[in-house]
Amino acid sequence: MTETIINFILFAMLISTAFAIVRMTSLFAVIMLASVFSLLTALLFVTLDAVDVAFTEAAVGAGISTVLMLGTMALTARHAKPQTQSNAIPFLVVCVTGAALIYGTMDMPNFGDPNAPAQVHVAPEYLERSIEEIDVPNVVTAILASYRGYDTLGETAVVFAAGIGVLLLLSGLARRRKEDEEEGDI
Amino acid sequence: MDWDFIAGHVNYWMFIVLMMTGLYIVVSSGNLVKKIVGLNIFQVAVFMLYISIGKITGGTAPIFPSDRQGHLEIDPTIVYSNPLPHVLILTAIVVGVATTSLGLALIIRIREEFDTIESDDLVKIEQQLTSADNKEHGEAMGGMA
Repeated sequence: MTETIINFILFAMLISTAFAIVRMTSLFAVIMLASVFSLLTALLFVTLDAVDVAFTEAAVGAGISTVLMLGTMALTARHAKPQTQSNAIPFLVVCVTGAALIYGTMDMPNFGDPNAPAQVHVAPEYLERSIEEIDVPNVVTAILASYRGYDTLGETAVVFAAGIGVLLLLSGLARRRKEDEEEGDI
Repeated sequence: MDWDFIAGHVNYWMFIVLMMTGLYIVVSSGNLVKKIVGLNIFQVAVFMLYISIGKITGGTAPIFPSDRQGHLEIDPTIVYSNPLPHVLILTAIVVGVATTSLGLALIIRIREEFDTIESDDLVKIEQQLTSADNKEHGEAMGGMA
């Protein structure tokens, strides 16, 4: 019961943060609220028993993304233009998509049901056997680094590719800027 | 639709509300940085949905406790939540940050090239460029393009 109450309070905070982001035009406020949103998400992950995910979200979502976005804001603009065209069409799109998704949850098992298909298929085997086979007390670590080690290798490859992409896009930014200024002087 | 069904599904519906808020920011906002923030909210809401599927009522985090000598004691009465969604979402969070950083780098390049990060201004600039191109090539071919 306490868990349900905590869940609801966190949800209320998450939704009010998200609505505040919708209304803001100052990009600094938007980015800071996004960071708050990530921290609240990390709290929610703790109540959902996903402690590893919670601290990854707190470090990566609230930390690194915020720093990256602040850097982008410093290099681009501080304020978003207020909206000019009407919001009717986006609102309609969102309502229809939301209704379709809610229709999709109708045949899902109840939240926290121990007999849900996701709980009875392979998960118990991982929980039973990981201690003999891998000997790491944290089952999430055992699966991430050992059973599904190739996935983690693939993830590293994705991060590497993204890093190369960012480097290629941004390389020469300072040089081009300097050249522009020199041309402006002449 | 009884009370049990609603109590068991209201969590999913709240995640969907969050997801749709993110989608609304992406669709309605003209500012590219704000669009990326909206995408992040959408993505985090999907993560929450996945993690909530792995939750078992009365369960605890899937970490086995050990005593002071470092000897593991597995108590069969303790229920552990499903660790598989946690693993999937750990990977997804890191990949999400990689894609976010790529998007932000693209925004910086767009700003450098067009001096704006508002999508409606970008559309206008694109239209001007296209009409200038059409005019030039149309004249070269001897007529309206």
